[in-house]
Amino acid sequence: MAAVQTEFSADLVRFIEEWKRKPGSLIMMLHRIQEEFGYISRESAETLAKMIDMPMAKIYGVVTFYHFFKTTKPGKNRLAVCMGTACYLKGGQTLIEECESILNINAGEVTDDGQFSIDSVRCVGCCGLAPVLMVGNDVYGKLTKDQLPEIIAKYRN
Amino acid sequence: MVNAKINGIPVHVAKGTTILEAARKVNVKIPKLCHNNDLEPWAACGICVVKNGKSPKMLRACCTPLEDGMDIITNDAELVATRRTVIELILSTHPDDCLQCPRNGDCELQTLAAEFGIREQSFPKRLRGLATDESTGTIILNPEKCIRCGRCVKVCQDMQGVWAIEFLGRGEKTRIAPAADVALAEGPCIKCGQCSAHCPVGAIYEMDQTKVVWDALMKEGPDAKTCVVQIAPAVRVALGEAFGLEPGTVITKKIYAALRRLGFDAIFDTSFSADLTIMEEGTEFVKRFTTDDGPLPLITSCCPAWVDYMEKYYPDMIPNFSTAKSPQQMMGAMIKTYWAEKASTDPSKIFSVSIMPCTAKKYENSRNDDMYSSGQKDVDVTLTTRELARMIKQAGIDILNLPDEEPDSPMGPYTGAGVVFGATGGVMEAALRSAYYLITDEDLKDVNFTGVRGISGVKEARVHIKGTDVRVAVAHQMGNIAMVLEEVRKAKAEGKEVPWHFIEVMACRGGCIGGGGQPYGCTDEVRQKRMAGIYADDEKSEYRCSHRNPYIGQVYKEFLEKPGSHKAHKLLHTHYTRKPVYK
Ligand code: SF4
Ligand code: SF4
Ligand code: SF4
Ligand code: FES
Ligand code: FES
Repeated sequence: MAAVQTEFSADLVRFIEEWKRKPGSLIMMLHRIQEEFGYISRESAETLAKMIDMPMAKIYGVVTFYHFFKTTKPGKNRLAVCMGTACYLKGGQTLIEECESILNINAGEVTDDGQFSIDSVRCVGCCGLAPVLMVGNDVYGKLTKDQLPEIIAKYRN
Repeated sequence: MVNAKINGIPVHVAKGTTILEAARKVNVKIPKLCHNNDLEPWAACGICVVKNGKSPKMLRACCTPLEDGMDIITNDAELVATRRTVIELILSTHPDDCLQCPRNGDCELQTLAAEFGIREQSFPKRLRGLATDESTGTIILNPEKCIRCGRCVKVCQDMQGVWAIEFLGRGEKTRIAPAADVALAEGPCIKCGQCSAHCPVGAIYEMDQTKVVWDALMKEGPDAKTCVVQIAPAVRVALGEAFGLEPGTVITKKIYAALRRLGFDAIFDTSFSADLTIMEEGTEFVKRFTTDDGPLPLITSCCPAWVDYMEKYYPDMIPNFSTAKSPQQMMGAMIKTYWAEKASTDPSKIFSVSIMPCTAKKYENSRNDDMYSSGQKDVDVTLTTRELARMIKQAGIDILNLPDEEPDSPMGPYTGAGVVFGATGGVMEAALRSAYYLITDEDLKDVNFTGVRGISGVKEARVHIKGTDVRVAVAHQMGNIAMVLEEVRKAKAEGKEVPWHFIEVMACRGGCIGGGGQPYGCTDEVRQKRMAGIYADDEKSEYRCSHRNPYIGQVYKEFLEKPGSHKAHKLLHTHYTRKPVYK
């Protein structure tokens, strides 16, 4: 596996330095880190803890509180199953479960080969197509669970 | 003042008093669960609900101040039903194996369930399947039993300033865990056990080693060992609580008697080795103070939780640390060398047990190679006060009605200076009593240094010794030490004279009397009583200064030569290493 990229970019460092003294800015800083790396690694959390002189436990309390933050590197193909109201009512949960069983991982996890990850996300804004699955930027609507193996197979290389 | 009524009873209390406290003053009991007297209320559980007059709104008594004219009702059908629901919901995610739980019979949740007569499962069970963390070998974390009251997190973060644990996740999935879900032993945890002393249930507890000790005591035949035990100063003023006595009742001689009945072959007192610690550490201090040999301030090192904290957070202070081992470890080393020789016993045939108020002492006994200075593990097993209480109960020993007995000689008889080690300020006071003598060759007229006693978090004092001022500071409760050390760091960085010559630190509030292994239910009131017990024991001691202990004189004469000798260094001193906060 390629080495994890942990070094913060100059931009990110500047951003943190600028915001670290301001109260309530932890979430914003975490957002920026996730933007840069796609998730918040243990190394990133440690670097941030040192930079802003905050206990790691406090950072993890926040990171794990918000579903938005990921602590594992997302898969190359991120399956985002919509769990907004419309999709939920039309069987979003079934889609998640089917993805989980096909890939043999739980939502929030990544397959061993790093190819796929599954997340449940909030309304992605195409409620008319509910239930919706997004793979990267591709949208699949009005889905039933038996369409999933084929969709997933498309992304397997 | 606020004038109000609680269940029709008029109450007059100071402004700011919570409804919970006010009710207690007029003997009205409101159930509570997340609330703890050591901590600011944060109203997490909702069991303490009450109503005001005709308003249907429910108030949380633990965090709501009583206001003028309030007419508080603590008990009506609706309140009782609400509390019952709170308990039932908690029970729905709590395992039912009370019979195998370390808190069986001494659990706040169990007591509430019993008081409310819970007889059935009203909500479907939803256990979370979280794994137990035994990585520290000291404190065991079983998040599956956690009712998410938040006390441990508050204790570890606010009181101790360690931040070893936090609530991770949210909603149903919320659990207590170290950052990034690392094992407890791989993070900042200093093993002080304050979380375990505050947890209302069996979710954080000391690693119970009573079975290992029973096995050693019961063993017969060629593998049997001579079982030797030592008890720490703070145990004598707290063990009684487990048998219904008031906190602070001194039952030293009954403890010796009970230990003999448990089957120990020789009984020594850690207060004796506290005297020994003073001889070594006092000499070290005098040397640093009167010559330029070693940096000041000298910082005490007898609290292993503090040592762990310093190695992780203040490694720059390592040269300031006293190299003297703690009394537990000095006694351990002496038992397997000096005493073994005297008793003509092969040290490998000795099983050495210590009874401590402390969970961190379990960690200390294998902290580094110096803890094997006799060629064996100097202290084989450390039991907390709570574990000793359990053993006495298991053996059916009616401790309160035992005749008083004496410890074994020569490492039993102790001075008042040895016993005050159990309270915050005690090590400093004991050291000053002897340092004065070592510097001036005279004994103090008044040995009481009241300025270093008491519950306030940081205490400072100046002591005049032959024309010079010795400036000392005493801090207890881990979260209070940072400000003291930051001042030292600052003075050093600016090249100024350090603010103090000698600093004492104990990780637990009140010192070891408030240790993480002491009987449950510790509050400041309890701490004050335990301290009073310690100082009463000091007052009535024949000798009140360590250097006056005739048996201390004897062990130096027969064995150790003199304080700081080569032999003393080999057996009674240790070293420290910088450690990462996260492995
Ligand atoms: S033992 Fe002390 S440091 Fe460790 S988790 Fe408990 S309170 Fe925190
Ligand atoms: S472990 Fe104990 S003290 Fe900590 S939150 Fe859970 S129940 Fe409360
Ligand atoms: S203050 Fe005493 S009881 Fe507390 S951790 Fe230190 S040695 Fe142990
Ligand atoms: S709820 Fe799924 S797209 Fe809006
Ligand atoms: S005791 Fe008041 S909310 Fe828990």
